[in-house]
Amino acid sequence: MRVVEKRQLLSAEEIERTLQRLAHEIVEKSGGTSNLALIGVRRRGVPLAERLARTIKGFSRVDVPVGTLDITLYRDDLSTVAAQPVVQSTEISFGVDDQDLVLVDDVLYTGRTARAAMNGLFDLGRPRRVRMCVLVDRGHRELPIEATFVGQTITTSDTEIVEVRLREIDNEERVMLVDRVS
Amino acid sequence: MLTELANQGPAHIQVPQRLRHLLEVAPLTTEQISFILDQAKPFQEFQRHPLKKLATLRGKTIALAFFEPSTRTRISFATAAARLGADTMNLQAESSSLKKGESLMDTVWTLEAMRPDAIVIRHAASGAAHFVAQRVDIPVLNAGDGTHEHPTQALLDALTIRDRKGRLEDLNVTIIGDILHSRVARSNIHLLSKFGARFTLCGPPMWVPADLETLAPRVVRMSRIEQALEGADVVMSLRVQTERLHEPPFSADDYVRLYQLTPERLKKAKPDAAVLHPGPIIRGLEIDSTVADGPQSCILEQVSNGLAVRMTLLFQLVSGLGPDAPHPASGTVQ
Amino acid sequence: MILIRGGRIIDPASGRDSVADILIDEDRIAQIGDRLRAGDAQVVDATGSIVSPGFIDLHCHLREPGQELSETIETGTAAAAAGGFTAVCCMPNTQPVNDNASVTRSIVERAANCRVRVWPIGAASMGSKGDGLAEIAAMKDAGIVAVSDDGRPVATARLMRQVMEYANALGLPVIDHCEDGSLAAGGAMREGPTSIRLGLPGIPGASESICVGRDVEVAKLSGGRLHIAHLSTRASLEHVREAKNNGLDVTCEVTPHHFTLIDEDVVYDSNYKMNPPLASDDDRDALLEGLADGTVDAIATDHAPHHAASKDVEFEKAPFGITGFETALALGLAELVHSNRISLMRFVGLFTTGPARILKMERKIAEGQPADLTLFSLEHRWTFQVKDSASKSRNSPFDGREFHGAPMATVVGGRVVWQRNVARAARQ
Repeated sequence: MRVVEKRQLLSAEEIERTLQRLAHEIVEKSGGTSNLALIGVRRRGVPLAERLARTIKGFSRVDVPVGTLDITLYRDDLSTVAAQPVVQSTEISFGVDDQDLVLVDDVLYTGRTARAAMNGLFDLGRPRRVRMCVLVDRGHRELPIEATFVGQTITTSDTEIVEVRLREIDNEERVMLVDRVS
Repeated sequence: MLTELANQGPAHIQVPQRLRHLLEVAPLTTEQISFILDQAKPFQEFQRHPLKKLATLRGKTIALAFFEPSTRTRISFATAAARLGADTMNLQAESSSLKKGESLMDTVWTLEAMRPDAIVIRHAASGAAHFVAQRVDIPVLNAGDGTHEHPTQALLDALTIRDRKGRLEDLNVTIIGDILHSRVARSNIHLLSKFGARFTLCGPPMWVPADLETLAPRVVRMSRIEQALEGADVVMSLRVQTERLHEPPFSADDYVRLYQLTPERLKKAKPDAAVLHPGPIIRGLEIDSTVADGPQSCILEQVSNGLAVRMTLLFQLVSGLGPDAPHPASGTVQ
Repeated sequence: MILIRGGRIIDPASGRDSVADILIDEDRIAQIGDRLRAGDAQVVDATGSIVSPGFIDLHCHLREPGQELSETIETGTAAAAAGGFTAVCCMPNTQPVNDNASVTRSIVERAANCRVRVWPIGAASMGSKGDGLAEIAAMKDAGIVAVSDDGRPVATARLMRQVMEYANALGLPVIDHCEDGSLAAGGAMREGPTSIRLGLPGIPGASESICVGRDVEVAKLSGGRLHIAHLSTRASLEHVREAKNNGLDVTCEVTPHHFTLIDEDVVYDSNYKMNPPLASDDDRDALLEGLADGTVDAIATDHAPHHAASKDVEFEKAPFGITGFETALALGLAELVHSNRISLMRFVGLFTTGPARILKMERKIAEGQPADLTLFSLEHRWTFQVKDSASKSRNSPFDGREFHGAPMATVVGGRVVWQRNVARAARQ
């Protein structure tokens, strides 16, 4: 798909500052770190969750466990015939029962990913609480889902896409707002 | 600034062309096979979840057309479908209208009229899966056609071997038994040869004819089991296919004396050789109980990998099909 | 009256190969010469075509009586005419089997108004079951030209001897479908690397040659005339070659599909399933050699129609057989003439004097002879579309095949019974 960049939403420094703030918020609003665990939603939620955990360790000296969750099997909108569906593994080495989980993803949009992620988590056990942390909330919810920890909230139109690039995956670091070009 | 959208999906994974059917392994590439085995890993893991139920294929129906009696493969496919959330239509040979003279295609068209999303077929005639795939409009999965191929068995065997031995490349594989009538043997020979395997075939001479050596580049026959097992990385033991014989069966005593896989004979293979059997095993006939239950035996892993591989294939062939599902690159899920 | 103008006449009986006109009066050839005057004769423009004596197919199945869903004498002969055949010999494995004079007569009667001549072959044994001799003498009076239990081999050496002695005394050849039932049982294609790969039960090549060997020995013992149907292997051909060298009256025919396709061509499509099955590459080479050196006496189609529903099943379940009238000539031209393996004269002989000799008949283009002629082109390019076939059945592996050379017109008893529909300026 061809797109044209409209404006930059976050620079590399801004992403870093946002994550720092979010890490502190998470610990603050969780009453500490006991039973706290971060679940990165593939793909870009994973490096974000890992960075949050490192930051939290930095100021609290606590190792908050990080798991990764692949939601392909839980999506309600799988590909049409043209594309090859690909599933990757979910790696959550700790039990989810009775845990205080924070789902971490890059963008919150319709809420369907979050719903699929919750389905995935509940297949594994019964967490005590599930909250969500995202870098960008762009609105247009189609389900009653909210993120407790939000980096930036922006208004977008239907044709626009929030494009997140992270160094672990994309070899660059920024968040842009792009528009589809037909 | 024009760019290509980066987050289109897991672009870091080499994704081969999507399969429409799975009829045989012979034409698959090593990339396609490796992709299927890699994709099976999440499904292997899934078998350990407390709640083994997904909604991925919810609303889809898989027709299980088993024209040959089969318990284990049918249950494996039925469970795979159910765990993916799909419904199944069950046709079983014993209660089949085929016995009343209905042709294969009429039976299949009857099933197709009930609009399943895929057909899994097992049939006694070689080429039956191809026959059906040429005449229906939905994906077809071959669960074993005559003596031709049993692709999901070879894939689950490959997954088992890869997990046990750490690789699929350049293995010495010995197959023992009635190879002439074995679709499992053929599929395994096709699949592993693509990764450079060397095959040694051993069994009663009338069931291990010279023409088998033409199946792949490095296939040889040996008459004595001890020689055949020398240096094997993988040993595959086959069931004596009594239902396929057109002539009087081989004497059980002779078979045990010449071809039974015993602990002593197994010592000729490499010490960490993996022992596989497609099941059901006949203890005391083709395989000694000590070997079947021993540390080198992969028989139970094969069963659980069978479930993972079949879930993978149903997922790959069936998920997202239909005019209503939106394209993943349309960016609605973020 | 018909004038066949400007064709290149190829007549193996006389060795003639020259361009000339042929004038036909009623059902006979009246005159052959240069620039004959047409008068009020219908003119058939044969410029650029070969004119040969009418082709004879020694081996076909017309399915009537009893299996009219697959073919009738009328539709079968229409297809034969479209293949350039002026006479066909139909095998007795109908329902009921043609093992008595009344069935033979019914076939002859049904064929009376058909486009090409039908010469029935009678069963050798009652019901072709191998239990006792059929009513061969009565059938001979009713019009059979040979005996065979085709579909099956003549059951035992003892029966073969009896049939050969009896048939010989009546002046009839015995045609055998050579197969060893115990080796061939359950088989669906030739045993070999392809049958192994496809997982199909195999028929070893030895099944045919064992029976050919048996029949040759019996021919020696009984002194009869033996013709081997649809011979397909090198080993069988060796037996025939040796028999001929020893002065025995042993002949053989080969089908176009056996000199064109091999076992490696087989896929899961019952249009590749016939008996004897497609043989090995080496066998095919041997057949081509035999066609060139004269060991093979005739090309016969073994046209075996099966209605679509019966063939549209799993390979193992499908009946054996494919159609063949309309593609025989073109396949022969491709493999034998265009490839320079045999001369055009010899090629024509394989369809005319070869079969005729086996039936102890004459086939030639000469004044006074019956006006049975086959006109064909060496050059005409066309594509065989099975859906347009005159046969009721569609079981051919050659659907969509492009050919270089084709039958152009068929003349039987002085009537043009078929002509290819080609847009061409009619020249008078």
